[in-house]
Amino acid sequence: MADTGIYLYAVTLDLDVPHLDVKGVANRPVRTIIQAELVAYVSEVPLDQFGEEPLRRSMEDLDWLGETARGHHRVVAAVAEHTPTAPIRLVTVYSGDDQVRRLLDQRHDDFVQVLSQIAGRVEWGVKAYVHPTEDQPTPTAREPAAPAAAGAGTAYLKRRQAGLRSREDAWRDASEQAQRIHHALTALAVASHLHRPQDPQLSGRSDWMILNGAYLVDEPRSAEFAAALDGLRGPGVDLQLTGPWAPYSFAELDAEAPP
Amino acid sequence: MTYVEPRGERLAEEGRLPSERVALVDLLDRLLAGGVVVSGDLILSIADIDLVRISIRALIMSVRSEDGPFELPERR
Repeated sequence: MADTGIYLYAVTLDLDVPHLDVKGVANRPVRTIIQAELVAYVSEVPLDQFGEEPLRRSMEDLDWLGETARGHHRVVAAVAEHTPTAPIRLVTVYSGDDQVRRLLDQRHDDFVQVLSQIAGRVEWGVKAYVHPTEDQPTPTAREPAAPAAAGAGTAYLKRRQAGLRSREDAWRDASEQAQRIHHALTALAVASHLHRPQDPQLSGRSDWMILNGAYLVDEPRSAEFAAALDGLRGPGVDLQLTGPWAPYSFAELDAEAPP
Repeated sequence: MTYVEPRGERLAEEGRLPSERVALVDLLDRLLAGGVVVSGDLILSIADIDLVRISIRALIMSVRSEDGPFELPERR
């Protein structure tokens, strides 16, 4: 059919396909395509929403993007409960089953390699925040003890300079702290990945996000990982753990697709 | 100092992280920057996602005040 596309969520190795009681993107039912001993989880989606041109518009719409991301995640999370799962990047749409089969044929070895890397492992997210204004006695700000004679303008400039310096210092301290946390957690993980800091407009937090990390952890070591994180908590830094996630941040095929 | 109870631990005990309770922003980190990127035969090559990300960023930046943003020192 020309007016539908095949939306691809995830690929697994397990031919024992679970019954999935979830709806995917655009509230569409989920089915599987089996090829080359791999299982692709897909939905048929209307191209008036998921065609190239409509997508360019709708990806700008945070509400649409949010709904679609949740639909995608519902499916990935449900599959990942049953079997090691390679999540596919959001909004990957093929024109038909044949194209998905060809993908599974051509990238078979790569998928097997990725799936073996993530089997028995989970992704944990760790976010760290600091309050930029906290524990800042800013001794430099008072040091000049600007004499009244210096004039209000000069005093202001000095204060401002000192303020900028202390902000820089605070930022340097914070990033050192972030690196300490990151290294301590990486030591317990099989792999780690740094995401970009979240936009305050999206996270709703005005304090500084100093770390937005993802850690691939052997499942039995999850408790140890959480305990290590607790050990890193302290005054001035707010640490948040999210997960366990399907290994979104660690599902990368090594090479470019063969021609 | 407020210590937020680590949400993940609680959810881990429950065995899963239901979609509805996942913060959208955490999800978008993973769905826009993670997951297997495939190419060829696609209706939309999602290699274009960087363009998309920039657009979304622009959308957000446009409503943001001047002195908010700062750079993280470390990026992969």
